This record gives sequence, structure tokens and C-alpha cells, in this order.
Amino acid sequence: MTSALDITQAVNPPRAAFVDFPLGHTTGKPHQPDLQRAIMVEALGAFTSLTTPGSVKRLPFRWSADDAWKDTAQRGPDDRRPRYDTPQYQNEEDRLRAETHCDATCVTPMRHPVRQ
Amino acid sequence: MTTERDTPVAYIARIAEKYAALGYPAYRWVVNETPPPWQPLSKPLSECRLGLIASGGIYVTGQVAFHYKDDTSYRVIPTDIPTAALRATHFAYDLTDARRDVNVVFPLDPLRQLAKKGVIGALAAHAFTFMGGIYSARRVQEELAPQLTERLLAERVEALLLVPV
Repeated sequence: MTSALDITQAVNPPRAAFVDFPLGHTTGKPHQPDLQRAIMVEALGAFTSLTTPGSVKRLPFRWSADDAWKDTAQRGPDDRRPRYDTPQYQNEEDRLRAETHCDATCVTPMRHPVRQ
Repeated sequence: MTTERDTPVAYIARIAEKYAALGYPAYRWVVNETPPPWQPLSKPLSECRLGLIASGGIYVTGQVAFHYKDDTSYRVIPTDIPTAALRATHFAYDLTDARRDVNVVFPLDPLRQLAKKGVIGALAAHAFTFMGGIYSARRVQEELAPQLTERLLAERVEALLLVPV
């Protein structure tokens, strides 16, 4: 799936489903389960409907009537956060929980067996 | 001026502008002239075990969160986990909606529903998540991708949905 069509076309995956939504919404809008499910159904349909390698299915969903969000995405300020090299928790409770209970297997648990 | 309707945002051009404004050289995007070898589904989707990989910085409360500087680690997310236990952290996108409802970047609830309805055969027992924005494509190829491939094979995944942000 993708919401950045030009980047995906450069990478050129075998199949792609394009959702023309602002970044951070590749699979829908918050608390709209019907929309989220419809996006999934359309995206998964590309597994069988696309038969040419490298093709992209444009999904039939529109973020808003006027597409004003695209002006912000194309010309708005650079609002990326600094490249901190320490864990960036969503909240302090998460930090405490991880720091008290988590060992190295919480990061990339290569030795943690996958349950079948 | 209004962007023409249905014209996608030109992210590569926009990011080039951001880099230039910071005095950085232009980013060298991965450009593959030809797509990888074609692999049709081996059976109907309704019989396939679907894997899920997302790059939106998703972790489970209790796990160590991602950091924002070339973090090539990944997290294992049990796909039967309550969505309330999932968190999102990322340097490059607006996290507001992902933190209200993680399904906007990690579609676990809809996929569970579609598995229940038989649209997909099953959802693999674990999904895998990482932090996007890893500057070095080489490090993704050499450090992260082989580990994820190994995990997907262990999960016996038959089709894979990749969800970047």
C-alpha cells in the first residue's frame, strides 16, 4: 500500500494500492471502521486484479471534497521531529513499563520462538 | 493556488526542498527500473495466510519504543493483541490520528474482521513493525529485510501486505 505514489513508483514493487490520503492515514481515517474495512477490501483485491508487474491500483477514496490538504503537504512547513537516538515513547507510562519489565527480547527478539 | 484535483503530492520533490533548506545534499532515492520477479498467488486469497508489515513506528506498550535515528530494529506484534495496547511513534508524520486509532496506519481490526468473514484465509500469528525513515537503503536491505524475511517464512505467510506511512 502507499500514500506516496512517486516514492512507490521509484521503488517499483510488484503490486501496489494507492490511497490518496495525507501521510499517516495509509489505511484510513480514525474511528471509521467501515471506511477502514473498505480500504482493506480494495487493497487486498489488488492481489488478484493486478496482473502486470509494477502496476498500481488507485483506490476509490477521497480524503475531502476540496483536496486542500495537498497544498499543505506540498508547500507547508518542515514539521519533522528531531532525529533523537533514544526510545521515543508515546507516554511516560510506556517508558516505565518498558524500563522495568523489558529485556533485550523486547527489541528484536531473534531468539524468541515464533508460536505456530 | 490549489493543487489540481486527483494530482498526487510530489513527495520526492518536497523532500528535496526540505533537504536543500537544511543545507543537505539531495537524498538518493531507491529507483528500480524493473519490478521484482512476478509471483501470482498460489491459491485464492480466501485460503491464504496473510502477513502484515508496517513502517509507522508501531509498538506494544511494554516494549522498547523506536528511536528516530536510523533505527533498523523491528517489533513482533501478536495479531490477537487488543488495539488499545498498541502505540505509535515516528519523526516524520503527524501522529495525532494514529494515536487516536492505530488502524489508520496498522489495519489490525479490519484484517481480523476480514479473516473472520473468510475474505482472507487467516492472519499470521504475528505482524512485524519497524521505524521508517532509515537513511541508508543498504542497511535496510542488509540488516532489516533478511530478518523480516526469516520471520515471515517461520510464520508460513502466503501473501504479505506492506503498509508504509
